[in-house]
Amino acid sequence: MSTTATAYAPGLTVTPHTRYRVRRVLPIPGEVRVSVGDHAGARDVVAQTFIPGDILPLNLAKLLSLQPGDVPGCMLKKEGETLVAGDVLARTKGIFGRFKQDYVSTVGGTIESISGVTGQVIIRGAPVPVEVKAYLAGRVEEVLPHEGCVIESSVALIQGIFGVGGEAFGRLMLACQAHDQELSASQITADMTGAVIVGGARMTLEAIERARAVGAVAIVSGGLDDADLEAFLGYNLGVAITGSEKLGITVVITEGFGEIAMARRTFSLLASHQGADVAVNGTTQIRAGVIRPEIVIPLGADAGAAPSSRQRGSVLRVGAPVRIIRDPYFGVLATVRALPPEPQVLGSGSRARVVEVTFESGEGVIIPRANVEVIEE
Amino acid sequence: MTALDPARIRVILATDCGSTTTKAILIQVVDGVYRQTHRGEAPTTVEAPFADVTVGVVNAITEVQELSGRRFIDDQGRIIRPATNDEGCDIYISTSSAGGGLQMMVAGVVREMTAESAKRAALGAGAIVMDVIASNDKRKPHEQIQRIRELRPDIILISGGVDGGTTTHVVQIAELIAPAKPRPRFGITYTLPIIYAGNKDAAPLVKKALGDGYALSIVDNLRPVLERENLGPARDAIHDLFLEHVMAHAPGYDKLIEWTDAPIMPTPGAVGDILQAIARRDGINVVGVDIGGATTDVFSVFDGTFNRTVSANLGMSYSIANVFAETGMTNVLRWVHMDMEARELRNRVKNKMIRPTTIPQTLEALVFEQAVAREALRLAYVQHKAFATTLKGVQQQRTVGDTFRQETAGQTIVDNMKLDLLVASGGVLSHAPRMAQTAMMLIDAFEPEGFTTLGKDSIFMMPHLGVLAQVHPKASLEVFERDCLVYLGTCVAARGQGKAGKPCFRYTMRTKAGEQSGAVNVGDLQLLPLADGEMATLSVQPEKGFDCGAGSGKPVEREVRGGSVGVILDARGRPLVLPEDRAAASAMMARWVDALGLYGTAGAVAS
Repeated sequence: MSTTATAYAPGLTVTPHTRYRVRRVLPIPGEVRVSVGDHAGARDVVAQTFIPGDILPLNLAKLLSLQPGDVPGCMLKKEGETLVAGDVLARTKGIFGRFKQDYVSTVGGTIESISGVTGQVIIRGAPVPVEVKAYLAGRVEEVLPHEGCVIESSVALIQGIFGVGGEAFGRLMLACQAHDQELSASQITADMTGAVIVGGARMTLEAIERARAVGAVAIVSGGLDDADLEAFLGYNLGVAITGSEKLGITVVITEGFGEIAMARRTFSLLASHQGADVAVNGTTQIRAGVIRPEIVIPLGADAGAAPSSRQRGSVLRVGAPVRIIRDPYFGVLATVRALPPEPQVLGSGSRARVVEVTFESGEGVIIPRANVEVIEE
Repeated sequence: MTALDPARIRVILATDCGSTTTKAILIQVVDGVYRQTHRGEAPTTVEAPFADVTVGVVNAITEVQELSGRRFIDDQGRIIRPATNDEGCDIYISTSSAGGGLQMMVAGVVREMTAESAKRAALGAGAIVMDVIASNDKRKPHEQIQRIRELRPDIILISGGVDGGTTTHVVQIAELIAPAKPRPRFGITYTLPIIYAGNKDAAPLVKKALGDGYALSIVDNLRPVLERENLGPARDAIHDLFLEHVMAHAPGYDKLIEWTDAPIMPTPGAVGDILQAIARRDGINVVGVDIGGATTDVFSVFDGTFNRTVSANLGMSYSIANVFAETGMTNVLRWVHMDMEARELRNRVKNKMIRPTTIPQTLEALVFEQAVAREALRLAYVQHKAFATTLKGVQQQRTVGDTFRQETAGQTIVDNMKLDLLVASGGVLSHAPRMAQTAMMLIDAFEPEGFTTLGKDSIFMMPHLGVLAQVHPKASLEVFERDCLVYLGTCVAARGQGKAGKPCFRYTMRTKAGEQSGAVNVGDLQLLPLADGEMATLSVQPEKGFDCGAGSGKPVEREVRGGSVGVILDARGRPLVLPEDRAAASAMMARWVDALGLYGTAGAVAS
């Protein structure tokens, strides 16, 4: 019987010390404002650009009752010229030079194009500035010309399983005293303005709403009810591609949906950084190229060399502690007792490779290997 | 790529590079016919740390090498060709859906006409259509532009206008796209390919409107006249651009393109091709479905017309929560014969979404997952039927005889009574512990009528066979028949409604072993054993008000095929109506579960 195997775990990282690199790039080419070797703060702008402004198409042929082909001849502004709201954009020739009709622009911008085929004039609004912040406080290791940069730093890193809302920065504050304590509204206090609030087990809808009301930037806990997520978002989330929501607060769960306690180790790690200035990102993408939400805690320059990175869910071996990640034992912790090599028939009737585990109570059960993740010792 | 003489091809190696897994199969001539002999798989390696698709390809082929004892990879890591007695292959071919497949945006002038034809062309080529922009899509121009800016397509297809018709509207569409400058998915310096397949007179104007910022290809109009679609040139252009632009930018594909002896095809495009080949060869109507974690593809060929739809957010893991969001808990639970708690189920669904690789351990979890699958398949088929229609916008010539017929343009061409073969593939259907479960998921979701043969793709081999059909149709069809398709049996269902417990139809089934007759009452299911490889003659006499293919109350006699399940007689009525009351639906479902031994002792156990 084999004693090791590869686990099918999502590979969430929970580590007290690692070297972490982030790539910060613009959506379109622009200006990079840092150089290699610079130290960037989390909120510093490292690159910026201007996205071409919004476009307003005007069908002047229709608006001035002209043939499309006559529109270019009636334009008072040419392609590339700027205009402000109130400017006369076009004037018809009229009849014998009289009864001319003007079109007064209600918007400002630049004339992008004038079409003699459709009679359409495209006006582009002012460019929209786009800034990329450092997010990770650390040293600029590489500059990607016109794109952005790569920043590296020593951090404590906690990946969650699911989140909503984008990047946020704030002081880490504990609201629960234990990893299995539910996070309710009563634990959110008025001094948590600007904070990243850390709970224990399931967070309630009232807790999230209270956190947002006091101005907290993020809230992190073990679990959340799907019904509460729907009530908070205002819609039933269909696909786990998140991060662009404008919610006023970033929400991260570390374990899953339902009544589930935060992993003891995750809670202890967060608790040990109470008061630290941290970065949180709720962006989640569960597709090829998976992105999980994260809490990044910079350790500063004197953190020393990072030990080799440790990941949950690397190797499944006899004696390894595991978490069961599917019903009927969802969230239960256990220890691997054996790894039978042959597939076995499950209660569902399917055949699958399994792992024999022992619960803390001493009870032994068989679980499909796909339904466990290894947790660190 | 080298010119190939099909007669000399004896060893074929094929891979399908999926988003997560690369699957390799080996096809060899055995006793004078082409057979699939070995298979191997390995994780796809498009993303870091490998960022080279060929690593996964070599790993999957290495597994085939180990299982077959035949060497395929030389010391330099290249595929050995041509085949000798004990090593190499004669041709190597591949499909790909890695990196999210081919994502397109299409645009046309009228949503129901040219835009829909453009969508059909893109879907038929194997793309996911992210959005359809049309002059009459009820969005304001600035909203359309905003949407175009947000999307990150691989290719844009523009159509519009019949040849010789007005040019204004299609140029207007181009004028919206040009300044919107949608950002491509691959890199910020990538030039976005645009295919123009509209009114040929407007081509120079569209070219001028788009300017130099795009890689524009102009092909024949996909709707040259209202009465006819000409999707071939647009489809070919999509395939070419898929290779030249999209694939060439994906990690390692430059190497893979060099390795293959036929152009790499998008996976769903290849599946569509093999189903069309089967329909053509046997003169039958076929529906195929592939339900994955994120998407569900439905393919159909009715009277020679092919259609494909992708339900982009109906799937069993990544998109499972979306199935719920679309259909609701009530609709899912009507397929469940056990007691389940709604709040708990909601959390389970979301937990499956965030941990997509987990599998049902208990019978309860399996029943629930198969209930979700029925809804996902049903919704995907509803979408397919709405899309697979006769051409819209065509003026109908009506005679006096048509006075009382309500048929108009844009009717669905999907007719379940004419459906001959229904083919299943995808995890929840392929890996169901019992074949009867697969058969019932298909029947409940698709509601076939009359006589329909049910099959499943044994190891998801259809993509490989689709691309093989391009270079060696004989080998492709031989393997499809012998190794790809696993027959589940035949479903015989009566169209019509009646009172539960009243007679629906009588039957007589004659096999070599003897004769079996009986009656089935409205609301009941019955299973007649008929083994795989066996045929029988089945005569059915429906009651008045029920139709099994010959008309209301008229007898039908057909040859039926056996399979690992047998012949399923379905007298539940069509359309299938389930009670709204949870307890009543549960009790009814329990009777059907019992009749087929879905989760008990009867029914066939999967291989």
